[in-house]
Amino acid sequence: MNKTVLAADIEIDGTGPLYAAHKQVYPQSVSGTFRRIKWGLMAFCLGVYYLLPFVRWNRGLGAPDQAVLVDLPNSRFYFFFIELWPQEVYYFTGLLIIAAITLFLMNSVGGRIWCGYLCPQTVWTDLFYAVERMVEGDRRERMRKAAARGSRKLERFAELILKHSIWLLIAWWTGGAWVLYFNDAPTLVKQLATFQAPMLAYIWIAILTATTFLLAGFMREQVCVYMCPWPRIQAALTDEWALNVTYKYDRGEKRTSLKKANELRALGQTAGDCVDCYQCVAVCPTGIDIRDGAQLDCIQCGLCIDACDAVMKKIGRETRLIGYDNDINIQRRQAGKPPIYRFVRPRTVVYSAMIAGVGAIMLYALLTRSLLDVNVLHDRNPVAVRLSDGSIRNAYTIRFLNKRAFDRVVAIDLDGPNNATLHVVGADSVTPDRPMIILARDTTTELRLLVTAPAEDNPEKSIPVKFRVTDIGLGEVASATDNFVSP
Amino acid sequence: MAEQNEIDHVSGKTTTGHEWDGIKELNTPLPRWWVLTFYATIIWAIGYWIVYPAWPLMSSYTTGVLHYSSRADVAVELANLEKIRGEKMVVLGSASLADIEKDPALLALARARGKTVFGDNCAPCHGSGAAGAKGYPNLNDDDWLWGGTLDQIMQTIQYGIRSGHPKTHDSAMLAFGKDGILKPEQIVTVANYVRSLSGLPTAQGYDPAAGRKIFAENCTSCHGDTGKGNQDLGAPNLTDKIWLYGSDEATLVETIANGRAGVMPAWIGRLDPSTIKAMAVYVHSLGGGQ
Repeated sequence: MNKTVLAADIEIDGTGPLYAAHKQVYPQSVSGTFRRIKWGLMAFCLGVYYLLPFVRWNRGLGAPDQAVLVDLPNSRFYFFFIELWPQEVYYFTGLLIIAAITLFLMNSVGGRIWCGYLCPQTVWTDLFYAVERMVEGDRRERMRKAAARGSRKLERFAELILKHSIWLLIAWWTGGAWVLYFNDAPTLVKQLATFQAPMLAYIWIAILTATTFLLAGFMREQVCVYMCPWPRIQAALTDEWALNVTYKYDRGEKRTSLKKANELRALGQTAGDCVDCYQCVAVCPTGIDIRDGAQLDCIQCGLCIDACDAVMKKIGRETRLIGYDNDINIQRRQAGKPPIYRFVRPRTVVYSAMIAGVGAIMLYALLTRSLLDVNVLHDRNPVAVRLSDGSIRNAYTIRFLNKRAFDRVVAIDLDGPNNATLHVVGADSVTPDRPMIILARDTTTELRLLVTAPAEDNPEKSIPVKFRVTDIGLGEVASATDNFVSP
Repeated sequence: MAEQNEIDHVSGKTTTGHEWDGIKELNTPLPRWWVLTFYATIIWAIGYWIVYPAWPLMSSYTTGVLHYSSRADVAVELANLEKIRGEKMVVLGSASLADIEKDPALLALARARGKTVFGDNCAPCHGSGAAGAKGYPNLNDDDWLWGGTLDQIMQTIQYGIRSGHPKTHDSAMLAFGKDGILKPEQIVTVANYVRSLSGLPTAQGYDPAAGRKIFAENCTSCHGDTGKGNQDLGAPNLTDKIWLYGSDEATLVETIANGRAGVMPAWIGRLDPSTIKAMAVYVHSLGGGQ
């Protein structure tokens, strides 16, 4: 058994363990602007995650019709009108760069928007809290029930079983939705229901069910506080202009009870707006006191704003004692100046420019992406062959990439050695000297290519050679270069 | 231990009772966990003897209750491999050689299979790229001793050359010098004549008329009147630019004097028919196939 060690003890003698025992958090329900935003975003995020695999997108006969699909066996990634091949994985690099800088930009504008509203950990934890609240009751009831741990009432057991069952159901659905991104969703759902899905699908569902259940049901805010690197990184990305969920201590201090504050104010003395009701602490999903200032544990979900606003309205004081604000404005207000907000700063401009820049490069790359490509590889053993009439032949392996969704015919032309002839092994060409090849849709075609040229016309040891590939129908051109070598 | 061993007063440990010139050994037994692990491994080993093959006997070995054999594993794995190849290899076995080469998918399959088998079986002589060496033909070029069509290549792979198989190609170049058919100076003369057939320079003082005469009397039955060779007999074309053993005078003299009879083994029976087919297609597709 671990003995609970209070943080205070550790600071005093300096010899205690560096481990702080976990304090269970029982967030209270709250309603207000930010709660509504969070509900909305939760519905949106979960809706996208759970339903996106079922969205269809017609790509023609034979191609998968799932809008978003990671097709690992065929090494293709489909995203609506985009189809990527493995060698185009750099698009993901670009996407990750944009995602990272978008996080930076969010941070410099509005603090931990990602953490508070969009992070899967926040969204699922919020959902699991909602279930817990629905089954076990609000903060006080949950605390009371947790305190009466020893009581073996049947009701309590039923409640716990119900809660964990719903949690597991959500977790299972979460894991189930994940695997749908890797296979045709309706087919896989049918297979899963009839227990005919691949073993790997069940394994992944089990893994993700377990992680969702544990992370959202039990680890909750500890993931943010102890496991996630982002709170540490974001501390380096914020500045004095970034808006953060802030307790406006210039307005709030000194905290005084409502009655006492009214008395003091009647006497012409100052009293803070904060009535020390602890509502901001009660609703906090990470169990902190926002009035202690910006801290790593604060995910900036805005629920304390709602809680405080409700109290302020009730006692007839101005709302947003807790709100999105920054240090500069607190200082300005203390100096009697009006607050100013600056969103256009070198930091935000640079981030926006970087996003726009990377986005533009990616868009350009995507729009000008070649749908016909050719690679050539010279035979290395033997490099060159002398034929019985003395002429020289080099063999090449040529690989075509047809990224279009239909078969097409290409012609191969050759630049380089003098009086050279081109022959494709296995293809009896109708047009001698200009072989025509049929490239199957959405795949690579590999052929053996023989280039023969008279030795006397090509005295050089090595001659650059260029294979030009032309789509007969569309006129698309691709080329690859190599060398023609004499023995 | 019969008596209580002495205790060392400095360390407080017991001694083993061994003493060398007044130096006594401390008793430092192996840790308990180590000893237990050691006993566990002994028990494990006994279990292993029972379950797995372990002890050699006079003519066999104890098979263990599982009758495990890595050899049997290989057989199972190979059978599985054949099952995986399954249909494709069946198609390869039934399709005609020409059809295989015309179907891109079958061609790719045959080439892949052929390349692997070539590397395992043919590369020691012909080289990994089939470029050959002295006495071992280059299979990339268009010069064929026994014919370069698909069927001819397949025939050669199946039965070999001078392999001893009843159906093998077995005619050979005679040893004109060793067997006393030609005199040494005649051999030099005809060697120069052979060089002249493909436009190579001849030695000083060489008599073309004598060369032609010796060639006509001794060589034309196999190599033909014009020296263009005869694939039915494996007689090479002497007018082209490709020489299996070399085109210099000394090598030609050696060839004519001692004869040549390179050997290639018959692969029928050693490789299954569809594999031989794949190899024929592979060799044909290297570029020289006719």
